[in-house]
Amino acid sequence: MRLLSPEAYAKSIVASVQEYSLLCARAVANLFTRPRYMADIYAQMDLIGVGSLPIVVLTGFFTGCVLALQSAVSLKEFGAVNMTGELVTLAMIKELGPVLTGLMISGRNTSGMASELGSMNVTEQLDAMRALGTDPIRKLVTPRLVAAVFMVFFLTIISDACGIGGGAFVAVAMLKLNAGQFFHTGYMSLEHGDIVEGLVKPLFSGFIIATIGCFYGLRTKGGTRGVGQSTTQAVVSSSVLIILVDFMVTQLMIGIFGR
Amino acid sequence: MTATAENPWMAELLSRGGPMVEFEDVSIGFEGNPVLKKVSFRVEPGETRILLGPAGGGKSVLMKLVNGLLVPDSGRIRVFGRLLSEMTEREIFQMRAHIGMVFQESALFDSLKVEDNVAYRLEEENVDPKEIRERVLEVLRFVDLEEALEKFPAELSGGMRRRVSIARAIIGRPELLLYDSPTAGLDPITSSTIIELLVKQRDVSHATCLLITHRLQDAFTLATNRYNLRENHMEPMLNHRIDPSTRFLVLNEGRVIFDGTTLELTHTSDPWLREYIE
Repeated sequence: MRLLSPEAYAKSIVASVQEYSLLCARAVANLFTRPRYMADIYAQMDLIGVGSLPIVVLTGFFTGCVLALQSAVSLKEFGAVNMTGELVTLAMIKELGPVLTGLMISGRNTSGMASELGSMNVTEQLDAMRALGTDPIRKLVTPRLVAAVFMVFFLTIISDACGIGGGAFVAVAMLKLNAGQFFHTGYMSLEHGDIVEGLVKPLFSGFIIATIGCFYGLRTKGGTRGVGQSTTQAVVSSSVLIILVDFMVTQLMIGIFGR
Repeated sequence: MTATAENPWMAELLSRGGPMVEFEDVSIGFEGNPVLKKVSFRVEPGETRILLGPAGGGKSVLMKLVNGLLVPDSGRIRVFGRLLSEMTEREIFQMRAHIGMVFQESALFDSLKVEDNVAYRLEEENVDPKEIRERVLEVLRFVDLEEALEKFPAELSGGMRRRVSIARAIIGRPELLLYDSPTAGLDPITSSTIIELLVKQRDVSHATCLLITHRLQDAFTLATNRYNLRENHMEPMLNHRIDPSTRFLVLNEGRVIFDGTTLELTHTSDPWLREYIE
Protein backbone atom coordinates (compact mmCIF):
# COMPACT_ATOMS: atom_id res chain seq x y z
CA MET A 1 0.00 0.00 0.00
CA ARG A 2 1.32 3.45 -0.96
CA LEU A 3 1.78 5.75 2.03
CA LEU A 4 0.73 9.38 1.62
CA SER A 5 2.49 12.31 3.25
CA PRO A 6 0.31 14.14 5.83
CA GLU A 7 0.11 17.10 3.47
CA ALA A 8 -1.04 14.98 0.51
CA TYR A 9 -3.52 13.17 2.76
CA ALA A 10 -4.99 16.46 4.01
CA LYS A 11 -5.22 17.75 0.45
CA SER A 12 -7.02 14.60 -0.69
CA ILE A 13 -9.58 15.01 2.10
CA VAL A 14 -10.20 18.66 1.21
CA ALA A 15 -10.50 17.71 -2.48
CA SER A 16 -13.03 14.97 -1.62
CA VAL A 17 -15.13 17.37 0.46
CA GLN A 18 -15.02 19.89 -2.39
CA GLU A 19 -15.99 17.23 -4.92
CA TYR A 20 -18.87 16.05 -2.69
CA SER A 21 -20.11 19.62 -2.18
CA LEU A 22 -20.05 20.30 -5.91
CA LEU A 23 -21.94 17.08 -6.60
CA CYS A 24 -24.62 18.02 -4.04
CA ALA A 25 -24.90 21.56 -5.42
CA ARG A 26 -25.28 20.31 -8.99
CA ALA A 27 -27.76 17.60 -8.02
CA VAL A 28 -29.95 20.18 -6.26
CA ALA A 29 -29.54 22.83 -9.00
CA ASN A 30 -30.74 20.30 -11.59
CA LEU A 31 -34.15 20.33 -9.90
CA PHE A 32 -34.76 23.84 -11.20
CA THR A 33 -33.83 23.30 -14.85
CA ARG A 34 -34.98 21.00 -17.64
CA PRO A 35 -34.86 18.17 -18.58
CA ARG A 36 -36.26 16.42 -15.51
CA TYR A 37 -36.30 12.65 -15.50
CA MET A 38 -39.68 12.00 -13.88
CA ALA A 39 -39.80 8.32 -14.91
CA ASP A 40 -36.43 7.75 -13.21
CA ILE A 41 -37.66 9.54 -10.08
CA TYR A 42 -40.73 7.26 -9.88
CA ALA A 43 -38.59 4.17 -10.52
CA GLN A 44 -36.24 5.16 -7.70
CA MET A 45 -39.18 5.92 -5.39
CA ASP A 46 -40.43 2.42 -6.01
CA LEU A 47 -36.97 0.94 -5.41
CA ILE A 48 -36.18 2.96 -2.28
CA GLY A 49 -39.66 3.40 -0.85
CA VAL A 50 -41.69 0.31 -1.63
CA GLY A 51 -38.58 -1.89 -1.69
CA SER A 52 -37.51 -0.80 1.80
CA LEU A 53 -40.99 -1.07 3.33
CA PRO A 54 -40.62 -4.61 4.78
CA ILE A 55 -37.34 -3.91 6.62
CA VAL A 56 -38.60 -0.56 7.89
CA VAL A 57 -41.84 -2.09 9.19
CA LEU A 58 -40.06 -5.01 10.86
CA THR A 59 -37.26 -2.88 12.33
CA GLY A 60 -39.69 -0.28 13.65
CA PHE A 61 -42.06 -2.86 15.13
CA PHE A 62 -39.41 -4.87 16.99
CA THR A 63 -37.58 -1.76 18.15
CA GLY A 64 -40.85 -0.60 19.75
CA CYS A 65 -41.30 -4.06 21.31
CA VAL A 66 -37.79 -4.09 22.83
CA LEU A 67 -38.09 -0.50 23.98
CA ALA A 68 -41.34 -1.27 25.83
CA LEU A 69 -39.85 -4.35 27.50
CA GLN A 70 -36.62 -2.64 28.57
CA SER A 71 -38.23 0.58 29.76
CA ALA A 72 -40.93 -1.27 31.72
CA VAL A 73 -38.24 -3.03 33.75
CA SER A 74 -36.57 0.27 34.70
CA LEU A 75 -39.81 2.17 35.22
CA LYS A 76 -41.13 -0.55 37.51
CA GLU A 77 -38.39 0.27 40.02
CA PHE A 78 -39.82 3.76 40.32
CA GLY A 79 -43.42 2.59 40.24
CA ALA A 80 -43.92 4.40 36.95
CA VAL A 81 -44.66 1.49 34.64
CA ASN A 82 -47.71 3.41 33.37
CA MET A 83 -45.34 5.84 31.67
CA THR A 84 -44.16 3.14 29.23
CA GLY A 85 -46.38 4.59 26.48
CA GLU A 86 -44.90 8.04 26.93
CA LEU A 87 -41.32 6.74 26.82
CA VAL A 88 -41.84 4.52 23.78
CA THR A 89 -43.68 7.22 21.82
CA LEU A 90 -41.18 9.96 22.54
CA ALA A 91 -38.16 7.74 21.85
CA MET A 92 -39.60 6.41 18.60
CA ILE A 93 -40.74 9.75 17.20
CA LYS A 94 -37.79 11.88 18.27
CA GLU A 95 -34.89 9.50 17.89
CA LEU A 96 -35.22 5.82 17.10
CA GLY A 97 -37.70 6.05 14.23
CA PRO A 98 -35.68 8.58 12.19
CA VAL A 99 -32.23 7.16 12.98
CA LEU A 100 -33.04 3.47 12.56
CA THR A 101 -34.98 4.09 9.35
CA GLY A 102 -32.07 6.14 8.03
CA LEU A 103 -29.56 3.45 8.93
CA MET A 104 -31.65 0.61 7.50
CA ILE A 105 -32.26 2.43 4.22
CA SER A 106 -28.63 3.46 4.14
CA GLY A 107 -27.52 -0.17 4.41
CA ARG A 108 -29.93 -1.26 1.72
CA ASN A 109 -29.85 1.63 -0.76
CA THR A 110 -26.54 3.47 -0.35
CA SER A 111 -24.75 0.23 -1.17
CA GLY A 112 -27.03 -0.35 -4.16
CA MET A 113 -26.44 3.15 -5.51
CA ALA A 114 -22.66 3.00 -5.02
CA SER A 115 -22.34 -0.40 -6.67
CA GLU A 116 -24.68 0.42 -9.57
CA LEU A 117 -23.01 3.72 -10.43
CA GLY A 118 -19.58 2.28 -9.68
CA SER A 119 -20.11 -0.59 -12.12
CA MET A 120 -21.34 1.86 -14.74
CA ASN A 121 -18.25 3.99 -14.17
CA VAL A 122 -15.68 1.21 -14.49
CA THR A 123 -17.34 -0.15 -17.65
CA GLU A 124 -17.34 3.33 -19.28
CA GLN A 125 -21.16 3.45 -19.29
CA LEU A 126 -21.08 6.87 -17.62
CA ASP A 127 -18.70 8.16 -20.31
CA ALA A 128 -21.02 6.66 -22.92
CA MET A 129 -23.93 8.49 -21.29
CA ARG A 130 -22.02 11.77 -21.45
CA ALA A 131 -21.01 11.04 -25.04
CA LEU A 132 -24.70 10.55 -25.88
CA GLY A 133 -25.44 14.04 -24.58
CA THR A 134 -26.84 13.13 -21.14
CA ASP A 135 -25.53 14.57 -17.90
CA PRO A 136 -25.15 11.57 -15.52
CA ILE A 137 -25.72 13.80 -12.48
CA ARG A 138 -29.05 14.95 -13.89
CA LYS A 139 -30.06 11.47 -15.03
CA LEU A 140 -28.73 9.35 -12.17
CA VAL A 141 -28.05 11.47 -9.07
CA THR A 142 -30.94 13.97 -9.00
CA PRO A 143 -33.71 11.33 -9.31
CA ARG A 144 -32.10 9.29 -6.51
CA LEU A 145 -31.82 12.40 -4.35
CA VAL A 146 -35.48 13.40 -4.81
CA ALA A 147 -36.69 9.83 -4.31
CA ALA A 148 -34.56 9.25 -1.19
CA VAL A 149 -35.55 12.50 0.56
CA PHE A 150 -39.23 11.97 -0.24
CA MET A 151 -39.41 8.28 0.63
CA VAL A 152 -37.23 8.29 3.78
CA PHE A 153 -39.58 10.97 5.14
CA PHE A 154 -42.68 8.77 4.71
CA LEU A 155 -40.89 5.56 5.69
CA THR A 156 -39.90 7.23 8.98
CA ILE A 157 -43.56 8.00 9.69
CA ILE A 158 -44.42 4.35 9.00
CA SER A 159 -41.53 3.22 11.20
CA ASP A 160 -42.72 5.50 14.04
CA ALA A 161 -46.23 4.08 13.77
CA CYS A 162 -44.98 0.49 13.71
CA GLY A 163 -42.67 1.15 16.68
CA ILE A 164 -45.48 2.60 18.76
CA GLY A 165 -47.69 -0.30 17.66
CA GLY A 166 -44.98 -2.80 18.69
CA GLY A 167 -44.60 -1.08 22.06
CA ALA A 168 -48.35 -1.19 22.58
CA PHE A 169 -48.44 -4.88 21.69
CA VAL A 170 -45.79 -5.72 24.31
CA ALA A 171 -47.40 -3.41 26.87
CA VAL A 172 -50.80 -5.06 26.47
CA ALA A 173 -49.84 -8.67 25.74
CA MET A 174 -46.84 -9.08 28.05
CA LEU A 175 -46.89 -6.28 30.61
CA LYS A 176 -50.67 -6.40 31.01
CA LEU A 177 -50.99 -2.61 30.69
CA ASN A 178 -54.03 -0.82 29.39
CA ALA A 179 -53.87 -0.05 25.66
CA GLY A 180 -55.89 3.16 25.97
CA GLN A 181 -53.60 4.43 28.71
CA PHE A 182 -50.52 3.52 26.63
CA PHE A 183 -51.68 5.54 23.64
CA HIS A 184 -53.09 8.38 25.74
CA THR A 185 -49.91 8.95 27.77
CA GLY A 186 -47.90 8.72 24.57
CA TYR A 187 -50.13 11.23 22.77
CA MET A 188 -50.23 13.65 25.70
CA SER A 189 -46.43 13.63 26.05
CA LEU A 190 -45.87 14.81 22.47
CA GLU A 191 -45.33 18.46 21.69
CA HIS A 192 -45.08 20.33 18.44
CA GLY A 193 -41.26 20.44 18.62
CA ASP A 194 -41.02 16.65 18.98
CA ILE A 195 -42.96 16.07 15.77
CA VAL A 196 -40.90 18.69 13.91
CA GLU A 197 -37.66 17.10 15.15
CA GLY A 198 -38.79 13.64 14.08
CA LEU A 199 -39.77 14.85 10.63
CA VAL A 200 -36.73 17.05 9.95
CA LYS A 201 -34.18 14.30 10.61
CA PRO A 202 -35.31 11.97 7.78
CA LEU A 203 -34.93 14.82 5.27
CA PHE A 204 -31.24 14.97 6.13
CA SER A 205 -30.94 11.17 6.19
CA GLY A 206 -32.47 10.89 2.71
CA PHE A 207 -30.10 13.55 1.40
CA ILE A 208 -27.07 11.79 2.90
CA ILE A 209 -28.13 8.33 1.63
CA ALA A 210 -28.51 9.47 -1.98
CA THR A 211 -25.58 11.87 -2.25
CA ILE A 212 -23.04 9.65 -0.46
CA GLY A 213 -24.11 6.55 -2.44
CA CYS A 214 -23.84 8.41 -5.75
CA PHE A 215 -20.63 10.23 -4.76
CA TYR A 216 -18.75 7.00 -4.04
CA GLY A 217 -20.27 5.34 -7.11
CA LEU A 218 -19.20 8.15 -9.44
CA ARG A 219 -15.60 8.19 -8.20
CA THR A 220 -15.12 4.42 -8.38
CA LYS A 221 -11.86 3.28 -9.93
CA GLY A 222 -10.14 -0.06 -10.30
CA GLY A 223 -12.64 -2.58 -11.66
CA THR A 224 -14.82 -4.89 -9.59
CA ARG A 225 -12.51 -4.58 -6.58
CA GLY A 226 -12.98 -0.82 -6.71
CA VAL A 227 -16.76 -1.30 -6.86
CA GLY A 228 -16.61 -3.40 -3.68
CA GLN A 229 -14.48 -0.81 -1.89
CA SER A 230 -16.76 2.04 -2.96
CA THR A 231 -19.82 0.17 -1.72
CA THR A 232 -18.28 -0.47 1.70
CA GLN A 233 -17.01 3.10 2.06
CA ALA A 234 -20.38 4.49 1.01
CA VAL A 235 -22.31 2.50 3.64
CA VAL A 236 -19.80 3.34 6.40
CA SER A 237 -19.71 7.04 5.53
CA SER A 238 -23.46 7.44 5.19
CA SER A 239 -24.14 5.58 8.46
CA VAL A 240 -21.65 7.71 10.40
CA LEU A 241 -22.95 10.91 8.77
CA ILE A 242 -26.57 10.03 9.57
CA ILE A 243 -25.72 9.65 13.27
CA LEU A 244 -23.53 12.77 13.27
CA VAL A 245 -26.22 14.88 11.59
CA ASP A 246 -28.81 13.38 13.97
CA PHE A 247 -26.75 14.69 16.88
CA MET A 248 -26.45 18.14 15.31
CA VAL A 249 -30.16 18.37 14.44
CA THR A 250 -31.09 17.24 17.96
CA GLN A 251 -28.88 19.98 19.42
CA LEU A 252 -30.44 22.52 17.06
CA MET A 253 -33.99 21.44 17.94
CA ILE A 254 -33.25 21.61 21.66
CA GLY A 255 -31.99 25.13 21.02
CA ILE A 256 -35.17 26.07 19.15
CA PHE A 257 -37.89 24.22 21.10
CA GLY A 258 -36.15 23.86 24.45
CA ARG A 259 -36.59 20.07 24.66
CA MET B 1 -33.56 14.83 -41.02
CA THR B 2 -29.98 15.18 -39.83
CA ALA B 3 -28.94 16.49 -36.44
CA THR B 4 -27.54 19.59 -38.17
CA ALA B 5 -30.82 20.45 -39.82
CA GLU B 6 -32.52 20.27 -36.45
CA ASN B 7 -30.01 22.63 -34.84
CA PRO B 8 -29.37 26.03 -36.44
CA TRP B 9 -26.52 26.61 -33.97
CA MET B 10 -24.60 23.68 -35.40
CA ALA B 11 -25.57 24.50 -38.99
CA GLU B 12 -24.02 27.94 -38.54
CA LEU B 13 -20.85 26.43 -37.09
CA LEU B 14 -20.49 24.02 -39.98
CA SER B 15 -21.24 26.66 -42.63
CA ARG B 16 -18.15 28.60 -41.47
CA GLY B 17 -16.01 25.84 -42.94
CA GLY B 18 -12.60 25.04 -41.51
CA PRO B 19 -11.51 21.89 -39.73
CA MET B 20 -13.97 19.71 -37.81
CA VAL B 21 -11.38 19.01 -35.12
CA GLU B 22 -8.27 21.03 -34.36
CA PHE B 23 -5.70 20.39 -31.63
CA GLU B 24 -3.12 23.06 -30.79
CA ASP B 25 -0.28 22.09 -28.45
CA VAL B 26 -2.58 19.94 -26.32
CA SER B 27 -1.02 18.32 -23.25
CA ILE B 28 -2.58 16.21 -20.53
CA GLY B 29 -1.26 14.02 -17.75
CA PHE B 30 -2.59 11.94 -14.89
CA GLU B 31 -1.11 11.88 -11.39
CA GLY B 32 2.06 13.59 -12.60
CA ASN B 33 2.56 11.29 -15.62
CA PRO B 34 2.30 13.11 -18.96
CA VAL B 35 0.10 11.23 -21.44
CA LEU B 36 -0.10 13.69 -24.35
CA LYS B 37 2.66 16.23 -24.98
CA LYS B 38 1.95 19.26 -27.15
CA VAL B 39 -0.18 17.37 -29.68
CA SER B 40 -1.31 19.38 -32.72
CA PHE B 41 -3.32 18.20 -35.73
CA ARG B 42 -6.43 19.01 -37.76
CA VAL B 43 -9.22 16.89 -39.15
CA GLU B 44 -10.97 18.36 -42.20
CA PRO B 45 -14.67 17.76 -43.03
CA GLY B 46 -15.28 14.38 -44.66
CA GLU B 47 -11.85 13.10 -43.65
CA THR B 48 -11.22 9.68 -42.14
CA ARG B 49 -8.35 10.12 -39.71
CA ILE B 50 -6.77 6.91 -38.48
CA LEU B 51 -4.87 7.04 -35.20
CA LEU B 52 -2.08 4.51 -34.93
CA GLY B 53 0.52 3.86 -32.30
CA PRO B 54 1.64 1.47 -29.59
CA ALA B 55 -0.67 0.75 -26.65
CA GLY B 56 -0.46 3.35 -23.89
CA GLY B 57 0.43 6.13 -26.33
CA GLY B 58 -2.55 8.29 -25.38
CA LYS B 59 -4.87 7.54 -28.31
CA SER B 60 -7.99 6.84 -26.22
CA VAL B 61 -7.27 9.91 -24.10
CA LEU B 62 -7.08 11.98 -27.27
CA MET B 63 -10.46 10.61 -28.36
CA LYS B 64 -12.04 11.55 -25.03
CA LEU B 65 -10.54 15.04 -25.31
CA VAL B 66 -12.28 15.53 -28.67
CA ASN B 67 -15.63 14.71 -27.09
CA GLY B 68 -15.02 16.92 -24.05
CA LEU B 69 -15.03 13.91 -21.72
CA LEU B 70 -11.59 15.02 -20.49
CA VAL B 71 -10.17 18.51 -20.15
CA PRO B 72 -6.57 19.18 -21.27
CA ASP B 73 -3.96 20.58 -18.90
CA SER B 74 -2.82 23.00 -21.59
CA GLY B 75 -3.41 23.73 -25.27
CA ARG B 76 -6.52 24.45 -27.28
CA ILE B 77 -9.09 22.09 -28.80
CA ARG B 78 -11.58 23.27 -31.41
CA VAL B 79 -14.47 21.04 -32.42
CA PHE B 80 -16.81 22.22 -35.20
CA GLY B 81 -14.80 25.45 -35.11
CA ARG B 82 -15.49 26.26 -31.45
CA LEU B 83 -13.04 26.23 -28.60
CA LEU B 84 -14.13 23.62 -26.05
CA SER B 85 -12.70 25.68 -23.20
CA GLU B 86 -15.05 28.55 -24.09
CA MET B 87 -18.18 26.40 -24.22
CA THR B 88 -20.55 26.02 -21.30
CA GLU B 89 -21.35 22.54 -20.06
CA ARG B 90 -24.80 22.77 -21.66
CA GLU B 91 -23.22 23.69 -25.01
CA ILE B 92 -20.83 20.75 -24.75
CA PHE B 93 -23.78 18.41 -24.19
CA GLN B 94 -25.50 19.98 -27.22
CA MET B 95 -22.32 19.55 -29.26
CA ARG B 96 -22.17 15.86 -28.33
CA ALA B 97 -25.52 15.33 -30.04
CA HIS B 98 -23.52 15.79 -33.28
CA ILE B 99 -20.79 13.34 -32.36
CA GLY B 100 -21.15 9.57 -32.36
CA MET B 101 -18.70 7.59 -30.26
CA VAL B 102 -17.91 3.88 -30.22
CA PHE B 103 -16.03 2.86 -27.08
CA GLN B 104 -13.28 0.27 -26.90
CA GLU B 105 -15.34 -2.11 -24.75
CA SER B 106 -18.62 -1.04 -26.40
CA ALA B 107 -19.88 0.55 -23.13
CA LEU B 108 -23.46 -0.53 -23.77
CA PHE B 109 -25.95 0.08 -20.95
CA ASP B 110 -26.13 -3.44 -19.55
CA SER B 111 -29.53 -3.03 -17.93
CA LEU B 112 -31.17 -1.91 -21.18
CA LYS B 113 -32.17 -4.07 -24.13
CA VAL B 114 -30.45 -3.58 -27.49
CA GLU B 115 -33.46 -1.62 -28.73
CA ASP B 116 -33.31 0.79 -25.78
CA ASN B 117 -29.52 1.11 -26.03
CA VAL B 118 -29.75 2.10 -29.68
CA ALA B 119 -32.76 4.33 -29.13
CA TYR B 120 -31.21 6.07 -26.11
CA ARG B 121 -30.13 9.27 -27.86
CA LEU B 122 -33.46 9.71 -29.66
CA GLU B 123 -35.43 9.09 -26.46
CA GLU B 124 -33.35 11.77 -24.74
CA GLU B 125 -34.24 14.14 -27.58
CA ASN B 126 -37.96 13.32 -27.13
CA VAL B 127 -38.34 12.05 -30.68
CA ASP B 128 -41.74 10.55 -31.55
CA PRO B 129 -41.79 6.85 -30.42
CA LYS B 130 -42.93 5.70 -33.86
CA GLU B 131 -39.99 7.44 -35.52
CA ILE B 132 -37.63 6.04 -32.88
CA ARG B 133 -38.76 2.51 -33.66
CA GLU B 134 -38.30 3.05 -37.40
CA ARG B 135 -34.83 4.52 -37.00
CA VAL B 136 -33.74 1.81 -34.56
CA LEU B 137 -34.78 -0.85 -37.05
CA GLU B 138 -33.04 1.07 -39.84
CA VAL B 139 -29.67 1.25 -38.06
CA LEU B 140 -29.90 -2.30 -36.73
CA ARG B 141 -30.56 -3.43 -40.30
CA PHE B 142 -27.50 -1.40 -41.34
CA VAL B 143 -25.30 -3.31 -38.87
CA ASP B 144 -27.13 -6.55 -39.70
CA LEU B 145 -28.47 -7.12 -36.18
CA GLU B 146 -32.20 -6.72 -36.58
CA GLU B 147 -32.82 -10.00 -34.76
CA ALA B 148 -31.04 -8.81 -31.59
CA LEU B 149 -33.64 -6.13 -30.83
CA GLU B 150 -34.99 -7.75 -27.66
CA LYS B 151 -31.70 -9.05 -26.28
CA PHE B 152 -29.61 -7.67 -23.45
CA PRO B 153 -25.92 -6.81 -24.08
CA ALA B 154 -24.81 -9.76 -21.90
CA GLU B 155 -26.51 -12.13 -24.34
CA LEU B 156 -24.46 -10.86 -27.30
CA SER B 157 -21.01 -11.86 -28.56
CA GLY B 158 -18.15 -9.32 -28.56
CA GLY B 159 -18.60 -8.58 -32.26
CA MET B 160 -22.35 -8.15 -31.91
CA ARG B 161 -21.87 -5.77 -28.99
CA ARG B 162 -19.47 -3.71 -31.10
CA ARG B 163 -22.06 -3.58 -33.91
CA VAL B 164 -24.78 -2.46 -31.49
CA SER B 165 -22.37 0.20 -30.25
CA ILE B 166 -21.87 1.39 -33.85
CA ALA B 167 -25.66 1.44 -34.35
CA ARG B 168 -26.04 3.53 -31.19
CA ALA B 169 -23.37 5.95 -32.41
CA ILE B 170 -24.84 6.47 -35.89
CA ILE B 171 -28.55 6.67 -35.04
CA GLY B 172 -28.33 10.42 -34.46
CA ARG B 173 -26.75 10.87 -37.92
CA PRO B 174 -23.73 12.63 -36.44
CA GLU B 175 -21.35 14.86 -38.38
CA LEU B 176 -18.36 13.42 -36.53
CA LEU B 177 -17.76 9.78 -35.57
CA LEU B 178 -15.18 8.61 -33.05
CA TYR B 179 -14.24 4.94 -33.09
CA ASP B 180 -12.04 3.83 -30.19
CA SER B 181 -10.45 0.54 -31.30
CA PRO B 182 -13.64 -0.97 -32.77
CA THR B 183 -11.84 -4.23 -33.63
CA ALA B 184 -9.85 -4.65 -30.40
CA GLY B 185 -10.15 -8.12 -28.91
CA LEU B 186 -12.11 -9.52 -31.84
CA ASP B 187 -11.16 -12.48 -34.03
CA PRO B 188 -9.94 -11.65 -37.59
CA ILE B 189 -13.23 -12.58 -39.28
CA THR B 190 -15.34 -10.47 -36.95
CA SER B 191 -12.81 -7.64 -37.27
CA SER B 192 -13.19 -7.73 -41.05
CA THR B 193 -16.98 -7.53 -40.64
CA ILE B 194 -16.62 -4.47 -38.42
CA ILE B 195 -14.18 -2.77 -40.83
CA GLU B 196 -16.54 -3.49 -43.73
CA LEU B 197 -19.25 -1.82 -41.67
CA LEU B 198 -17.06 1.24 -41.12
CA VAL B 199 -16.30 1.48 -44.85
CA LYS B 200 -20.04 1.21 -45.54
CA GLN B 201 -20.83 3.90 -42.98
CA ARG B 202 -18.10 6.18 -44.41
CA ASP B 203 -19.32 5.80 -48.00
CA VAL B 204 -23.01 6.16 -47.12
CA SER B 205 -22.89 9.10 -44.71
CA HIS B 206 -19.60 10.79 -45.71
CA ALA B 207 -19.27 11.81 -42.06
CA THR B 208 -15.91 12.88 -40.69
CA CYS B 209 -14.39 10.17 -38.59
CA LEU B 210 -11.54 9.51 -36.19
CA LEU B 211 -10.58 5.90 -35.72
CA ILE B 212 -8.12 4.28 -33.36
CA THR B 213 -6.79 0.91 -34.37
CA HIS B 214 -3.94 -1.38 -33.42
CA ARG B 215 -4.33 -3.44 -36.59
CA LEU B 216 -2.51 -1.91 -39.54
CA GLN B 217 -4.35 -4.18 -41.97
CA ASP B 218 -7.65 -2.62 -40.82
CA ALA B 219 -6.26 0.85 -41.45
CA PHE B 220 -5.06 -0.04 -44.94
CA THR B 221 -8.35 -1.82 -45.71
CA LEU B 222 -10.14 1.44 -44.92
CA ALA B 223 -7.74 3.40 -47.12
CA THR B 224 -7.91 1.08 -50.14
CA ASN B 225 -11.51 -0.15 -50.21
CA ARG B 226 -14.91 1.25 -50.98
CA TYR B 227 -18.43 -0.03 -50.42
CA ASN B 228 -20.46 -1.19 -53.40
CA LEU B 229 -24.00 -0.33 -52.35
CA ARG B 230 -25.58 -1.98 -55.35
CA GLU B 231 -24.01 -5.37 -54.69
CA ASN B 232 -23.87 -4.79 -50.95
CA HIS B 233 -20.25 -5.68 -50.31
CA MET B 234 -16.86 -4.07 -49.82
CA GLU B 235 -14.45 -4.08 -52.76
CA PRO B 236 -11.00 -2.63 -53.58
CA MET B 237 -11.03 0.81 -55.19
CA LEU B 238 -10.75 0.92 -58.96
CA ASN B 239 -7.19 0.81 -60.37
CA HIS B 240 -5.80 0.19 -56.87
CA ARG B 241 -6.48 3.78 -55.94
CA ILE B 242 -6.21 4.99 -52.37
CA ASP B 243 -8.99 6.93 -50.67
CA PRO B 244 -7.68 10.53 -50.66
CA SER B 245 -9.77 11.47 -47.61
CA THR B 246 -8.06 8.86 -45.41
CA ARG B 247 -5.14 10.27 -43.45
CA PHE B 248 -3.00 8.91 -40.65
CA LEU B 249 -1.82 10.22 -37.31
CA VAL B 250 0.77 8.17 -35.44
CA LEU B 251 1.32 8.73 -31.73
CA ASN B 252 4.18 7.39 -29.68
CA GLU B 253 4.77 8.16 -26.00
CA GLY B 254 2.30 11.03 -26.16
CA ARG B 255 3.83 12.81 -29.16
CA VAL B 256 2.70 13.00 -32.78
CA ILE B 257 5.39 11.36 -34.84
CA PHE B 258 3.53 11.22 -38.14
CA ASP B 259 0.68 13.22 -39.68
CA GLY B 260 0.02 12.57 -43.36
CA THR B 261 -1.55 10.53 -46.15
CA THR B 262 -1.48 6.78 -46.70
CA LEU B 263 1.24 7.08 -49.36
CA GLU B 264 3.38 9.31 -47.16
CA LEU B 265 3.07 6.74 -44.38
CA THR B 266 4.00 3.78 -46.55
CA HIS B 267 6.98 5.69 -48.01
CA THR B 268 8.24 7.12 -44.75
CA SER B 269 11.97 7.13 -44.09
CA ASP B 270 11.58 7.40 -40.31
CA PRO B 271 13.27 4.24 -38.94
CA TRP B 272 10.89 3.84 -35.94
CA LEU B 273 7.85 4.27 -38.17
CA ARG B 274 9.21 1.87 -40.78
CA GLU B 275 9.76 -0.74 -38.12
CA TYR B 276 6.28 -0.10 -36.69
CA ILE B 277 4.43 -0.49 -39.99
CA GLU B 278 6.50 -3.42 -41.14
